[in-house]
Amino acid sequence: MNSGYETFEHGADIGIRGKGRTLEEAFSNGAKALFSLMADLSTIEPQKEIQVECTAPDIETLFMVWLNQLIALADLEKMFLCEFSVTISNNNLTAVARGESISPQKHNLGVEVKGATYTMLKVFQEAGYFVAQCVVDV
Amino acid sequence: MEIQSLKKIDDFLWELPPVGEMRVPGLIFASQKLVEEMDEKVHEQVTNVACLPGIVHASIAMPDAHWGYGFPIGGVAAFDPEEGGIISAGGVGFDISCGVRTLTTGLTKDEIMPLLERLIDKIFQVVPAGVGSEGKIRLTPAQIDDVLAGGAKWALDRGYGLPEDLAYIEEGGYVTWADPAQVSDLAKKRQFREVGTLGSGNHYLEIQHVFEIYDTEAAEALGIKKDDIVIAIHCGSRALGHQIGTDYLVTLAQASKKYNIPIRERELVCAPINSPEGKRYFGAVGAGINCALANRQVISHLTREAVAEVIPQAKLEMLFDVSHNTCKVEEHVIAGKKRRLYVHRKGSTRAFGPGRPEIPSRFRSVGQPVFIGGTMGTCSFILVGTEFGTEQAFGSACHGAGRSMSRKRATKTWRGDKIIKDLSAEGIIIRTRSYRGVAEEAPGAYKDVVEVVNAAHQAGLAKKVAMVKPLACIKG
Repeated sequence: MNSGYETFEHGADIGIRGKGRTLEEAFSNGAKALFSLMADLSTIEPQKEIQVECTAPDIETLFMVWLNQLIALADLEKMFLCEFSVTISNNNLTAVARGESISPQKHNLGVEVKGATYTMLKVFQEAGYFVAQCVVDV
Repeated sequence: MEIQSLKKIDDFLWELPPVGEMRVPGLIFASQKLVEEMDEKVHEQVTNVACLPGIVHASIAMPDAHWGYGFPIGGVAAFDPEEGGIISAGGVGFDISCGVRTLTTGLTKDEIMPLLERLIDKIFQVVPAGVGSEGKIRLTPAQIDDVLAGGAKWALDRGYGLPEDLAYIEEGGYVTWADPAQVSDLAKKRQFREVGTLGSGNHYLEIQHVFEIYDTEAAEALGIKKDDIVIAIHCGSRALGHQIGTDYLVTLAQASKKYNIPIRERELVCAPINSPEGKRYFGAVGAGINCALANRQVISHLTREAVAEVIPQAKLEMLFDVSHNTCKVEEHVIAGKKRRLYVHRKGSTRAFGPGRPEIPSRFRSVGQPVFIGGTMGTCSFILVGTEFGTEQAFGSACHGAGRSMSRKRATKTWRGDKIIKDLSAEGIIIRTRSYRGVAEEAPGAYKDVVEVVNAAHQAGLAKKVAMVKPLACIKG
């Protein structure tokens, strides 16, 4: 996971995982893993930005809610997102997400993600890094 | 799955005897080979569902069952509201009322072959498919509520389709108990531009030819014969359904706590059917079902227009429209007593046997048509429901082949452009905007649909009528 994000295997769907020196970085990389399923991340330019705010009863649920917010907002705006500046405090998250309008010609399309799920949902620390992961339904 | 942990009832039926907190046994309808290949998680999930309050008869798994979210995909369970029965988001899933609609065309393979490429290109041009695609219909907040209340009838009232279509859709084209007020504004907003879009993943639109008939009498009732051309449309409730799933996971998690329902897996969150939360979710599921039925109706209309342009003499008529991620109220006879149950089918198709009043009169004597989709490179099947399946599995059958390889491994194993080339050499045309999506859906990444369908047939869940093979396929 050199880039800080990766996907992992699951029977019918696929898992996403973000890693970082801080919780914020892990959540940001988790979001990158999410959008890497929908398009080739390297082809997305940070031209437009959207504001994201969400809250949850615990940090793991917050990761799922964060991803589901991004799925919904990106779908509403018909955008792919590639850069995320995240702030987390007391299970409240605020973020700025950047990306651009979807272009099938430009973005090397992957698949649509229906939702982030509780399956294999985990936020933990490992060897000095924060890791956030879950399975998404595609 | 460890076969030793199961009690063999017969060659195609295996029981998980009720132990611990299980209120009913688990029943797996499959061949020994399919059971052995099933993920151990299916065992766990069938067991977890069997522990839910108010479950009736059994927690059931179909021959294609695999690891899902709370329920296994290919899971069926019914709950009695009078016995504290619950409704669970895990039993419906994120793509509410995802399903398959098949249209007959009145054309034969010989007639269509010279025009096939032109035809699939035309359909590909007019039916939006793939991630981020938008439909031509733009809705306002008031209009979206009409879609959610009216389903396929809403589409018909706007000129999308023929009046006779409705009789050949489950529930006559829309459920009356849908409650648009229980759907969030975000879910509605996401749907404003998505009515009439195919989506991505395993969704498709396929031109198929009838390759083999197994049951002439049933085939005649369904109006199909060898070499006929049919068109199958596989898609669901799009973003609206996904958002309902996401929203209610949170609502039902709170409800599970409020009503002290022990939850063995987080996605199994639920609420008593008779609670305010349960009623709200059921109303939202109804809205999701209508959204999916409207969606398939609009796509059918676009397909009809495209076909008419290329082959004016074609006559696209509804064969039937089945859904496979639903919760519906149905009457079933359990131990000689008629009961009104909330039947959850997650990745499982309703498959009512002959005589049920819900079946259109034209097919009522042979059973409800069932479509089991294979992959773009293999074949699919048309079946009819049976009395045995209605008695033993609430009238349910499997919905597809089920994956045998993860999406990640599939993209490492195959390349989309190579698959398209290989299929083209076999005479199957693929149209897509995502090569990666094609690699993920590679025929080799799925279980053998023939084996799954044979198991459903031999288990008695549904009876094989015909095998269809793909000629051209649009992958979302």
